[in-house]
Amino acid sequence: MTLSEGPATVPLLSVRGLTKLFGSFAACNAIDLDIAPGEIHALLGENGAGKSTLVKMLFGVLQPSAGQILWQDAPVTIASPGEARRLGVGMVFQHFSLFEALTVAENIALSLDPKISLARISEEAASLSKAYGLPLDPQAHVADLSVGERQRIEIVRALLQNPKLIILDEPTSVLTPQEADRLFETLFKLKAEGRSVLYISHRLEEVRRICDRATVLRHGKVTGACDPSQETPASLARMMVGSDVAEVHRDNTAALGDIRIEVSNLSVPARTPFAVSLKNIAMKVRAGEVLAIAGVAGNGQGELFDALSGEYPVAEDEAIRIRGKAVGRTGINGRRLLGAGFVPEDRHGHAAVSAMALSDNLLLARSQSDKKAFLSGGAFSVIRFDAIRSATRRICEAMDVRKSGEDPQAGSLSGGNLQKFIVGRELDRQPSVLVVNQPTWGVDAGAASRIRQALIDLARSGSAVVVISQDLDEIFEVATNIAVISEGRLSEAYPAGMLTLERIGLLMGGIHESHSIPETAHAH
Amino acid sequence: MFEAILLTVITASTPLVLAALGELVTERSGVLNLGVEGMMIMGAACAFVAAQLTGSPYIGILAGILGGGIFSLLFGFLTLTLVANQVATGLALTILGLGLSGQIGEAFVGQPGIKLQPIVFPLLSDIPFFGRVLFRQDLIFYVSIALVVGINWFLFRSRTGLKLRAIGDSHASAHALGINVIRTRYLAVMFGGACAGLAGAQLSLVYTPQWVENMSAGRGWIALALVVFASWRPWRILAGGYLFGAVGIGQLHAQIVAQNLGIVIPSQFLSALPYAATIVVLIIISHNRRTTLINTPASLGKPFVPDR
Repeated sequence: MTLSEGPATVPLLSVRGLTKLFGSFAACNAIDLDIAPGEIHALLGENGAGKSTLVKMLFGVLQPSAGQILWQDAPVTIASPGEARRLGVGMVFQHFSLFEALTVAENIALSLDPKISLARISEEAASLSKAYGLPLDPQAHVADLSVGERQRIEIVRALLQNPKLIILDEPTSVLTPQEADRLFETLFKLKAEGRSVLYISHRLEEVRRICDRATVLRHGKVTGACDPSQETPASLARMMVGSDVAEVHRDNTAALGDIRIEVSNLSVPARTPFAVSLKNIAMKVRAGEVLAIAGVAGNGQGELFDALSGEYPVAEDEAIRIRGKAVGRTGINGRRLLGAGFVPEDRHGHAAVSAMALSDNLLLARSQSDKKAFLSGGAFSVIRFDAIRSATRRICEAMDVRKSGEDPQAGSLSGGNLQKFIVGRELDRQPSVLVVNQPTWGVDAGAASRIRQALIDLARSGSAVVVISQDLDEIFEVATNIAVISEGRLSEAYPAGMLTLERIGLLMGGIHESHSIPETAHAH
Repeated sequence: MFEAILLTVITASTPLVLAALGELVTERSGVLNLGVEGMMIMGAACAFVAAQLTGSPYIGILAGILGGGIFSLLFGFLTLTLVANQVATGLALTILGLGLSGQIGEAFVGQPGIKLQPIVFPLLSDIPFFGRVLFRQDLIFYVSIALVVGINWFLFRSRTGLKLRAIGDSHASAHALGINVIRTRYLAVMFGGACAGLAGAQLSLVYTPQWVENMSAGRGWIALALVVFASWRPWRILAGGYLFGAVGIGQLHAQIVAQNLGIVIPSQFLSALPYAATIVVLIIISHNRRTTLINTPASLGKPFVPDR
């Protein structure tokens, strides 16, 4: 595969004053960007900074409101993804654009010339995936594949079109460190072939490691262009966030108390064909402890949370004990009455009703556990609006929730602020047990550090906290002990100081060592 | 006797198979059109009127196809362009179709119709039993069988069919790949309408060659149930359509037999049998949830608005 290149000084792709308006809101505001041939160019920014909007315009999914795109110095209009592909732009989406009901080969065929037969596509995909070290079975149904494998399909699909520029949108957020390393090798191979890569990420370390240049976005504007290897993570973070991010403080001296959550022999069959079954899970969490559960998305985190929270009670009553009481068959309210609090993963629709006010959302979650405070009139259960409003105010103050108006709809808050409210709603009860799933997923750095600090503080005040997270940085920040979930199996818990990123990666990949870990291994 | 019953079963089953095949293609593209009954009765009315006016049942067939197809375009415009709720629009389409067809056919009530004559295959039709049953049928029957084969090939062998299934599975992903979701859905909706129209033409030109208001008599609803029953697979539509047709004919005979024996079975109970059968079969096939999920169009009934 050879590429015809212009003179080295001509950028492969340039963007001048590119703007995208949604109503009056500018998701991208006068963006300038140059990508040279054969470079790995990072696009850095927090969630909502406009990275995804920008690349959607480059790939023809969205049309710019103003500005110009130049391809090898010639102005182009990219009206559709088909046109982008014809130019030589390939895209690997963050939320996979795969069809679960179709096979790998069928998925790939959809973006290729219809004249090529399925059999040939299968063959080419298999050989290409081998050449780039991305093993794939063309006949498998996507529904049966892991997230890492699904990403490989996207990459192979993009590569089959022989692109000059490959855009990767947050590719490592779903990968284990080892899988990510393999991806980086593939990217270096592409670079060596003279292809350009636009690499979107908010992970500073990996950007510093693999990217030649970086463009930083904040609130839809370019706030910096730099050589990432010359920057420190702190200086990059400042460009991304616009201010220094508060560091999370933790002291490791806290004494552990009694066992608050005890899970033993917990096995749960998969509820749907695409769900993961939990296999023989055991864990103990003591008062004062933060147990962080690491793992790549889709390895049973959601199922484990459902079992722990009682959203789906389990068959064995004895399998889960909260504060010594067997609660396996108890529902979510019964467990809350024992002093437990739960924060599920999905902010919209699961942890909160987007179309209802914050105070209503507060009442929905706590109407049973705080019946006395929020309801009056005995059996009539009349809502005490003054009580829920003042509680809402209290939570918003405690967690620094920024909102418009006194009691706005949950959906009108930004992700970070809504998440702060949802976590604050549970913290307000001073739960003696708290289980949180992905507490800072898609949340800006400021809100994330606030939430993490709150979780640590809760544990320090004598509660048992379980944090299920995909974010390894977060895990090392908050955890006293770390366990890893992989394919529905939970590893034993190791003290955070004894684990390295590499070892967690091995555990994420399902490799469990029976030997004890060497004492010398230290993480952060 | 058996041969005669079989022939009536075929006549009763063909419109079910046709309408369900059309709806299958529509639903595979992710659109739920509950207006099958309305499109079918429009097809029946247009076909009958055109045949009466021209004297040719073949022009009638064409008019039935066009009637159903154009009527479905109204549904397409409302749900795809104006993004109206598909369930409500489909129900409205049925109500409108029943009323409008009554208006179209009003002047033709009671007129003796023109029956579509069978096409006899020489030699093949001389085969005992099978020949008489299968090769002395009208054009619409042959078309219905050809469509089963054709649609199965189209959906699972052709690239366009793959795109159609992709849209039904995830319209957002399909859009991101550059597939024209709205245009494909328009075509799928119109194909569904044309098939329902052809099914209607079969009713007013073959089954009972005359115009009676509401003559589709709920067959559109059975066709809808049939699509789910067949878990969106063309061959299962054929099997299911004949099963439902046989139950429908069987219940008539059963009633006569029962009456002769002095047993009273409420006719409503027997007419409810196909629906009861659907529920039973649904429970059985939903046991294997993986296959069901892989066949069920995941974006069925969800409106698509490209965000540009």
